[in-house]
Amino acid sequence: MTILKHVLESVENQFETFQILNEDGKIVNKADMPELSDEELKELMRRMVYTRVLDQRSIALNRQGRLGFYAPTAGQEASQLGSHFALEKEDYLLPGYRDVPQLIWQGLPLHQAFLWSRGHFAGGQFPEDVRALFPQIIIGAQYVQAAGVALGIKKRGKQAVAVTWTGDGGTSQGDFYEGMNFAGAYKAPAIFIAQNNGFAISVPREKQSSAKTLAQKAIAAGIEGIQVDGMDVLAVYAATKHARNRAINGEGPTLIETLTYRYGPHTMSGDDPTRYRSDELNSEWEKKDPLIRFRKFLEGKKLWSEEEEAKVIEDAKNDIKEAIKKADQAPKQKVTDLIGFMYEELPVNLQAQMEEYQAKESK
Amino acid sequence: MAQMTMIQAITDAMRNELKNDENVLVFGEDVGQNGGVFRATEGLQKEFGEDRVFDTPLAESGIGGLAIGLALEGYRPVPEIQFFGFLFEVMDSVAGQMNRIRFRTGGTKNQPITVRAPFGGGVHTPEMHADSLEGLIAQTPGIKVVIPSTPYEAKGLLISSIRDNDPVVFLEHMKLYRSFREEVPEEEYTIELGKAAVKREGKDVTVVAYGAMVHSSLKAAEELEKEGIDVEVIDLRTVSPVDYETVMESVKKTGRAVVVQEAQRQAGIAANIVAEIQERAILHLEAPVLRVTAADTIYPFSEAEDVWLPNHQDIVEKIKAVVNF
Ligand SMILES: Cc1ncc(C[n+]2csc(CCOP(=O)(O)OP(=O)(O)O)c2C)c(N)n1
Ligand SMILES: [Mg+2]
Repeated sequence: MTILKHVLESVENQFETFQILNEDGKIVNKADMPELSDEELKELMRRMVYTRVLDQRSIALNRQGRLGFYAPTAGQEASQLGSHFALEKEDYLLPGYRDVPQLIWQGLPLHQAFLWSRGHFAGGQFPEDVRALFPQIIIGAQYVQAAGVALGIKKRGKQAVAVTWTGDGGTSQGDFYEGMNFAGAYKAPAIFIAQNNGFAISVPREKQSSAKTLAQKAIAAGIEGIQVDGMDVLAVYAATKHARNRAINGEGPTLIETLTYRYGPHTMSGDDPTRYRSDELNSEWEKKDPLIRFRKFLEGKKLWSEEEEAKVIEDAKNDIKEAIKKADQAPKQKVTDLIGFMYEELPVNLQAQMEEYQAKESK
Repeated sequence: MAQMTMIQAITDAMRNELKNDENVLVFGEDVGQNGGVFRATEGLQKEFGEDRVFDTPLAESGIGGLAIGLALEGYRPVPEIQFFGFLFEVMDSVAGQMNRIRFRTGGTKNQPITVRAPFGGGVHTPEMHADSLEGLIAQTPGIKVVIPSTPYEAKGLLISSIRDNDPVVFLEHMKLYRSFREEVPEEEYTIELGKAAVKREGKDVTVVAYGAMVHSSLKAAEELEKEGIDVEVIDLRTVSPVDYETVMESVKKTGRAVVVQEAQRQAGIAANIVAEIQERAILHLEAPVLRVTAADTIYPFSEAEDVWLPNHQDIVEKIKAVVNF
């Protein structure tokens, strides 16, 4: 049965890494270069620089005890923001815990992102025009839910897509397969993004699966899959744009695997990456940095300058300062607030507890 | 003897059993080289090799199924679920499969699995990490639920759990992992599952608790001693099955009881204990049996957890209420 062996081999060999900009910021794939105006190209850079500053400040704020749960994003800007840049306001986002930047660029006010990090309910009260779910903590859950949102969008005949992100570890969950399979079965307009940063906390990608690529996991669901250089913002953008067009045209979902890296620890809650990653590996990836690469590209087109970059950094720092101030003003949470969110109408047990805690908390 | 934290005692128990029985296997997310996110398996892969101590792909349902299958093949699996909030991902394995295999096979097959998981509030985790879900499993026939409150007991109870021929869910309160050290013998010892411990003797009122609430109860008892109230504190240690003998003996002596749990009030361990007390000892009671619990909400966002969690002050209040009834 030599044929069996060859099927796997031939499938795997078809998943080449899609790239547009190489590490030197040179275009290596002119044919797929997306149509973006100079202004849009600059906006992409602005967002990446801003988000890098946000990451640095968030880490510092966490260390000072002024932020709570935080999963660092540096290194993943192209993967996160390139994919988000291909979306529209009417699209629905289902992010994971590391994907706060996409929410912010979708319109989630910064102070609310901070409140979410601190564990304040106001961090989950998104503005009505931000079509998104809070960052998912349960790995994989967002994938199946995305299939539901996508089917809903399709049934309503809307010109929109549901987009969800998880990590390389997330692709091992049953929910990952179920989500893609359901969306595929309904030809629902969904985009599944697997950000492969090489590790699930400490577990290397090779230990998650014998599959050579994560993108090939699309095959079993009967949907399109593509592996992208996740440090190349133009490639991520182009792949996501393509997936969105296909989805809107009724051609069904796409799985996009982005090859990327997180420079920082898994989260700020005690992870020590030196236990499982080498300095050599870190510097190998830092050479592929998405900001350096895209900056070179823009500078070559005379679209970016040090002054412009300094201005973005300054703006980001100011915004963050303001947002922290605003987050500090949020009212202290009470048990009575929490009870109030439980049901549309309070059942008897909670009515009694509401009174009990009202008395306690007004003391 | 060595001074150990609870997490060290847990590691020590696994090391002991890995040595003791070549069928013991330890696995889960990040348990290998990383030694677990809390370092519960620190050094074990190095000592026993990847064959015995290994990382799994990221899927709790996969971990549960793997444990069941390995048990069918004669192994004694000790899987870790990284946080007990992910119980829902592995619920079918735990409550729909491993607990029923002895029953389904008419007593011909067993499942000597010990599912370890950190749980419990007060350490500012993101959501789904801190929930007290022991009640869900305690309601499930065919599985035992063990919750230690000290390093010494953690070691003895974990060794007993691993040696038990039925599935055990072994829950480790995160707040207790490193909160204090105590003398833990380096040699092996066991503590019988299903046996409570009287942690403080008293004659006026019985407090029944488990996990971190044992320490809050002891603190309440100390405070009340100054006011002349003599509190007996019982640590259940195993919440399924419950050692009702020890509870009843105490309640018959004191005539008063308060049951404490960190979990929400609706259903749960405490409700069942109150029910058993009234069935078995109502004529000995001088006052209604009261509960100290959290409110019936979802486990709160981290900024609100300190106000939400029951504390020793809540226990003091309820003890006073039953004493002054
Ligand atoms: C269902 C579930 N299992 C386990 C965890 C604990 N956990 C949080 S992040 C993580 C690793 C995730 O890795 P990956 O999917 O690669 O995403 P990354 O963090 O690298 O972005 C684990 C095991 C969780 N949050 N949810
Ligand atoms: Mg990862």
